[in-house]
Amino acid sequence: MDTLTLILLDGIAFASWLFLVSAGLTFAYGVLRILNIAHGSLYAVGAYTGATLAGLVLHSGANPLLAYPVLLGAALLVGLALGPLLERGFLRRVYDQDEVITLLLTFAIFLILEDGMKLVWGVSPIIVAEPYALLGQLALGGVTYPLYSFLLTGVAILAGLALWVVIDRTRFGKLITSVIHDREISAALGVNVPRICTVAFTGAAMLAALGGAFTAPMVSVTPGISADVIVLAFAVTVIGGLGNVGGGAIGALLVGLLRATAIQFLPALDLFVVYALMTVILLVRPEGLFGGVEVRRI
Amino acid sequence: MRGAPVSRALAGAAPWLAALLALAILPRLLPDWLGFLLTVAFAKAMVVLGVAVLLRSNLVSFGHGLYFAAGAYTVGFAGKWLHLRDAVLLILGAVVVSGALAAVLGLFLARYRGIFFGMLTLAFSMILYSLLLRLYSLTGGTDGMVTAPPTILGFAPGAAAGRAHYYLTLGCLALALALTRRWLSSPLGYLASAIRDNEIRVEYMGASVRQGIYRTYLLSGVLGGLGGCLVAFSVGHIAPEFSYWTQSGDFVFVTVLGGYASVFAPVMGSVVFELVRNYAYALSPYTWQMSLGGILLLIVLFLPRGLWSLLAPRAPVSNPWTSSSKR
Amino acid sequence: MDVVLEAVGLAKTFGAVKAADDLSVRISRGQVVGIVGPNGSGKTTFLNLVTGYLSPARGQIHYLGKEITGLHPRQVTRLGVARSFQVPQLYTSLTVLENMLVALAIRAGRQGDGWRALRTRARLAEARPLLEKFGFGDESGQVVRTLPEGGRKLLDEPTSGVSAADKFRVMDTLIGVIRESGVTSVFVEHDMDVVQRYAERVLVFSEGRIIADDPPGALFADPVVRRHILGEE
Repeated sequence: MDTLTLILLDGIAFASWLFLVSAGLTFAYGVLRILNIAHGSLYAVGAYTGATLAGLVLHSGANPLLAYPVLLGAALLVGLALGPLLERGFLRRVYDQDEVITLLLTFAIFLILEDGMKLVWGVSPIIVAEPYALLGQLALGGVTYPLYSFLLTGVAILAGLALWVVIDRTRFGKLITSVIHDREISAALGVNVPRICTVAFTGAAMLAALGGAFTAPMVSVTPGISADVIVLAFAVTVIGGLGNVGGGAIGALLVGLLRATAIQFLPALDLFVVYALMTVILLVRPEGLFGGVEVRRI
Repeated sequence: MRGAPVSRALAGAAPWLAALLALAILPRLLPDWLGFLLTVAFAKAMVVLGVAVLLRSNLVSFGHGLYFAAGAYTVGFAGKWLHLRDAVLLILGAVVVSGALAAVLGLFLARYRGIFFGMLTLAFSMILYSLLLRLYSLTGGTDGMVTAPPTILGFAPGAAAGRAHYYLTLGCLALALALTRRWLSSPLGYLASAIRDNEIRVEYMGASVRQGIYRTYLLSGVLGGLGGCLVAFSVGHIAPEFSYWTQSGDFVFVTVLGGYASVFAPVMGSVVFELVRNYAYALSPYTWQMSLGGILLLIVLFLPRGLWSLLAPRAPVSNPWTSSSKR
Repeated sequence: MDVVLEAVGLAKTFGAVKAADDLSVRISRGQVVGIVGPNGSGKTTFLNLVTGYLSPARGQIHYLGKEITGLHPRQVTRLGVARSFQVPQLYTSLTVLENMLVALAIRAGRQGDGWRALRTRARLAEARPLLEKFGFGDESGQVVRTLPEGGRKLLDEPTSGVSAADKFRVMDTLIGVIRESGVTSVFVEHDMDVVQRYAERVLVFSEGRIIADDPPGALFADPVVRRHILGEE
């Protein structure tokens, strides 16, 4: 009973985190058709910024509860600052080129941001654990569990809902959907595709930073977290289906539960199961469990 | 005239023989650390060569660290479990292991193109990484493994190990270059370009694209393993990071940097990369990655001719990039 | 008059469209056959079926007496049925000579060879005269991508996209070589001038069936043809 609870809790917690870090990646792919390696860097910048700003708030003697909206604010700030810059400055130039070129471009941006972070924040780990510790633990079915994990799940659900509402229920969302389906025809119909792309990418950047910002209180923020995150995000995205946000959510859930199970029984395979699942999906159903936007054209 | 082709071949090879000779006597003229750097650059150049031959068919391997690690850890495990120290045996072992790996994985990969090919190679390499990282008792985990310098023809090089490794690596590189050059001028080598230009046409001519890609992948895997093995010799320490995606990314970067106009391009690219990285790091440890990133950015954005001729432009009909990638 | 290619009762539908409707035809050795018909009449489908790109729902195809229905295009080519396409299908990064050498190597079954050279003396001796025959002797060393438009098209589906002035020059060379080597050829054409001049036999397609099979001279006298192609009543 305890084990099952633990697996469920761990799995959902990890799934929430995975969804937060991968939703932006798959969304950006859907709209821009670019697999953004620098997505992990945006996550990291979000983590650093979130930690720094939350740290400032906490040390200023203000109400510690303010740290949470500050984390959110940090994420939005990072997204707004870097999103349009990267999209307009760099990504836009390679839209209709081979995927390899866009991958190389985003890899270059990743390298640049890696050092950028080191220059700004140094290499020592930044630890701002108060927002995590503040919420305390919860006793659940014989297991004590940090409440912060539930907060993370809440943030993930809210982010997912927000994304869904925007895409499904707003006029702007309809425009985004049309660009996702066919950029050329959308442009021909008068849709301002460049603006949609900028906005969509900024949204994706905000999501990435959001993942980072809310992860910061749980870990020590160091250089190198971006590299680990991006491959995990890739894995989840591939499993759910490139460009399919809903699929990504289910994919995140699957990976989360799988990993939690592995940790319980075969901890040495916790990473292995993730990439093994990614491989299996690529071999058996490359378009992902729920199909992405990659349409066969032959 | 029997003499004519021979003299023509010599004339073509002359500049390269000269370069080879120069490289061979370099260790006597250069400081040890530079000789070491070149040794590693030469070894990694072989992995880059492996990535480059795939790139001719428009296939980017984002997981060549797999073979790099496979070669290196073959040396590690052979030393640890089988107490093998002989260089030739270890090299053969690395070639066999990476060849076998490529033979199996190639069966799957030959059906993929574009981003899915890249993703699958990435996935394979991350699987190996996750195993190397976590199976601590077997692999030493993040600590990695120490690999003792090999014995060459029965002799333990001792103090002259650095120079011995330099020549050993250079010799293997020369062999790899010769083999690859031969491959490039063979029907299979041309077919690789043909596949990039027009897959459907290749099939209609009666050749199997899948088989062509499979064989190319075999070559690229073996080259990767060879490189990993030689790095294990000269560096003396191997780690799971050999199979990490950033290592694979570096290999792709160097391939793009040097191009694949000729087999020597990866060598030049690799040497430049190692030199720049070394000096840039010494100058400022927090900006060398940025410099590399900046260079890559400039190449991608502003060197259209250079990059375009490397990664074929979008053809109107049968470009593998515009169609879904699984066949 | 031995039959080289025979199609018997081919049928293929796409949704509601009958692309091939009980199609049967015999083509004899050395014939130069033109295929005409309105869009959607099944001309390309016929070629796709014969070369293995599509499988018929019903019917068989025989080549030199051997059944080839449902074989993969690669296998069909190996047996001797070659196909060229409407849109330029060349290896644009290779030179003209290299294109030819690759084709010859594949024909000789050498495509898996990673050891021996492509440019062997024997193969070069085979390739150069072939290129001369088609008028490419001078350009053999040029990379295909850099060739002017008209020159490239000669190696592919003949007159689509070629200017009117070049049209006959292109076809003269092509048909000349074909006739000389005794190759049996079937080509789809929309240009009636070309068909009239070069085909010795014309098949008229309509709605998945062959409605007329005449020499070009008699074609326009055929009442069925007049009704379907020329629109006369």
